[in-house]
Amino acid sequence: MRRLTEIHKVQELVFRLKTSDAKASEVVILSPNTMMSEVRSILRKNKIAAAPIVAEQKVLGIISVNDYLNWLTAGREDCCVEKCMSVNVKFLYDDEPLTDAIKCFDRYGFYEFPIINRKTGNFAGIITRRDIIMGLLRALEIDYHEMEISSYSGHTFFQDMAADHTELMLSFSVAGKNIQHGGDVASKLKKNLHHLGLHPDIIRKTAIATYEAEMNLIIYGGGGTVEVFMDADVIHIEVKDKGPGIPDIQKVLQPGYSTAPDWVRELGFGAGMGFTNIQNCSNTLDIISKVGKGTTVKIRIGLDPGKSIK
Amino acid sequence: MASLQRSIPLKEIQKILSADVILDEGWLRGEIKTVYCSDLMSDILSFGDSSSLLITGLINPQTIRTAEMVDIAAICFVHGKIPHQDTIEMAKKNEIVLLSTKYSMYEACGRLYCARMSKSIDLP
Repeated sequence: MRRLTEIHKVQELVFRLKTSDAKASEVVILSPNTMMSEVRSILRKNKIAAAPIVAEQKVLGIISVNDYLNWLTAGREDCCVEKCMSVNVKFLYDDEPLTDAIKCFDRYGFYEFPIINRKTGNFAGIITRRDIIMGLLRALEIDYHEMEISSYSGHTFFQDMAADHTELMLSFSVAGKNIQHGGDVASKLKKNLHHLGLHPDIIRKTAIATYEAEMNLIIYGGGGTVEVFMDADVIHIEVKDKGPGIPDIQKVLQPGYSTAPDWVRELGFGAGMGFTNIQNCSNTLDIISKVGKGTTVKIRIGLDPGKSIK
Repeated sequence: MASLQRSIPLKEIQKILSADVILDEGWLRGEIKTVYCSDLMSDILSFGDSSSLLITGLINPQTIRTAEMVDIAAICFVHGKIPHQDTIEMAKKNEIVLLSTKYSMYEACGRLYCARMSKSIDLP
C-alpha cells in the first residue's frame, strides 16, 4: 500500500511541477559565432551532450554531439556553429507540466530541451532528464519536510502515556563563569524534546529561552540549576541561582539594558536582549529576585501554539 | 536579515564569497533562503530558520551553539577567520556547514545583496 501512495505522490508532482521548477540551475549557451572547432571542448568541459545557440535572448538552434560528428565526418572547414546547428528546435514552454517534458524526452530521444518563456518567447533555460529527477527529488524532500512538521502536532509522548496525569522532570546543574560550556543544557534539552516528538516551533522556542536563561546563569548568577517540568499542555522551565540578585527587575526587562562585563560582550553576549528574547519565546515569564540571595526565573511555554495556558 | 528573492544554492554563495569550505558534511548542496549577519548572539536568537546563512566575525563555540538553537544551516566567518578544532567538531555534530571568506562583513553582505537582487541566472 505504501509503495502505491508513493507512486501517486510522484504522479501528482509530475503534473503539479512546471518545467521552470525543474530546469537546470547552471546553463551553458553558445553565441552564433562560436567556432565548430571549439564545440568539442565546451561540451566536454561542461559534461553536456548539447548546447543551445542563443542571441538576444532568442534560441536560434541547438548544437549536439551528433551535429559535431556530422561536421567532422563531412570533413568541412571550420565555421560558425550557426551553419551546422539544428534549427528545427523542439522546445518546452516554462509553464508546461513535467509530464509534458517526460513525454517529449520519450518521443524525440533528445538529450535536452530549451525552455522558452511563453509570454516573451525568450530563452528561459534548459531541462535534461537529470533535472527532472532532481526537481522531483527536491519536491519530495520539501513535501516530506512539511509532512514531518504536520505530523508533530499530532501525537506526542504525553498523549501516548496511559495515565490520568503524566509529568516529566529533567534537571541540570550549570557551573558559573564556564562560558565554554554555555548552551550545553539548552542543547541537551533541545535533543530530548525532539525525541519526545514535540512540534519544531515549540522545540525552538524552548531552546532559545533556555539558552538565554542558561547564559544569564553562567555570566551573572555564578552557576545554578535548570529544572524542566513537562506535561501534555505546558513546558515549565525554572532557572535558579544563588548569585547577587537583580536590584531592578523592570530595568532588565527593557530591551538593550545590560550590565555585562567586557569579556562577555567580546563573545557576542550582553547586548541586553536576553529577557526580551525569552519573553518573545514564552507564554509567561516571572522573575523573582532578592539582592544578595539569588534569582529564580520561571518560564512557561504552551505545547499547543494556538491555545493559551492555564 | 534579508530574505532572498530566490533561494540561492549554498554552492553559489560559496562562489560569490570566494569562501573556503571548513566543513561541508554533504550539506553544501542545500539552498539558502535567508541571510543574516550579526556579531550579537541575542540578535541571532531572535531570528533564524532551517534555510538560513549566518555571516559573523565571531568564531567561538557559542556561535555554533547559538546557530544550533535556531536551526541555522550554514555559517560564514569573515576576514578569513577559522575557528578552533573543538568548535568545528561542535558544528559537525550539529550538521552545520562552515565557510570562511576573506571579505569583511560589509563586503560579504554587499556581494550577497547584489546576487540577491538578480532574479534570474546570469547568462554568459
